[in-house]
Amino acid sequence: MADTVFGIATAITVLGLALAGYRFLKGPWAIDRTVALDVMTIITTSLIVAFALFSGRRIYVDVGMVYGLVGFVGVVALARYLEGGL
Amino acid sequence: MRTLKAKILAMLALWVVWMLLTAPWSGQEAIAGAIIAILVAFLPLFPASLLGDLKLGPKALVYMVAYFFVFIKALVLSNLDVAFRVLHPKLPIDPGIVKVRTRLKTPLGRLLLANSITLTPGTITVEMRGEDVFVHWIKVAATDPESATEAIVTGFEKYLEVICG
Amino acid sequence: MTAIIGAFLSLIGALFFLLSGIGLIRMPDAFNRMQAGTKATTLGSILFLIGIGLQKPEYLGRTIILVVFIVLTNPVSSNALARAAHGYRKHIGARLEPDALAEADEAAEVASKTTANKEAVHGD
Repeated sequence: MADTVFGIATAITVLGLALAGYRFLKGPWAIDRTVALDVMTIITTSLIVAFALFSGRRIYVDVGMVYGLVGFVGVVALARYLEGGL
Repeated sequence: MRTLKAKILAMLALWVVWMLLTAPWSGQEAIAGAIIAILVAFLPLFPASLLGDLKLGPKALVYMVAYFFVFIKALVLSNLDVAFRVLHPKLPIDPGIVKVRTRLKTPLGRLLLANSITLTPGTITVEMRGEDVFVHWIKVAATDPESATEAIVTGFEKYLEVICG
Repeated sequence: MTAIIGAFLSLIGALFFLLSGIGLIRMPDAFNRMQAGTKATTLGSILFLIGIGLQKPEYLGRTIILVVFIVLTNPVSSNALARAAHGYRKHIGARLEPDALAEADEAAEVASKTTANKEAVHGD
């Protein structure tokens, strides 16, 4: 029961990631792509933690935490670059 | 005094994070984590000064709990608002940037206020300059600063003023 | 029992992730995309990660750290993006009916120009 519901939840999350990826590819401006990248970073972090649950290996939770940290720094660095402050 | 409070709070925060990371707890890990947290928090360049703005009186603690619930309520309401606007066939938006004012002075209070505004229904903080806060509002209801402040800031400010001046 | 509650929490969170994706597609300019993206992903990741923590209690500590981190940093990155987007507001064709920030920028520019002129006149 719980596994089925969680599988459906993960499938819906992947669909949301695909929609954000469509905006990332379509643009039309760099700032739109960066907003899409921000959303994709958060969704991917959650998906990595979900993968830890599927594979049963706790190390992937740590991978997700580090990915969230690095993704945040990357998005802020891109935003600062677009602003002209870097 | 203020820096000592900041360092003790930073030490506690580090220790709580350590305890959450080492999920099946054991006594040795707790002691080792406490020693390392003390050493790190009292390093000369450790950036703990932000936490020194926090007040710790009984009234401030009550307001902290109340602020937590106000924040959760605002977060859920803002998501329902986003769901309504995104799924509505006509996209009912009327965006603009309005200026509001805040009385908060401390860096921690201003950080929490900016984050709270971003997560409340229909608003995103764009810029903070002195006491002026510029807010992107997805459906502008009031353009003059006074009524916009009343609508966006006041609900959080009365809690944040008590928590961290 | 907690596993089933956790799975349903994750399902609600996943629906908010989907909502953020739809918002990114449907909204007309970068500011409004940010509105949909930031809010929906914040609540979505809170529910999704806490749901995972409830399904497997040994992950709960780490997912709580991750949730606190996301709640603190997601508004910060969207604030940085909003400031960057305001610099490009004419290029991206953002409709901003009252634009108080542009007015404040213009006022500051005019003020600095007049003081510069006065100094120039003084210099002569």
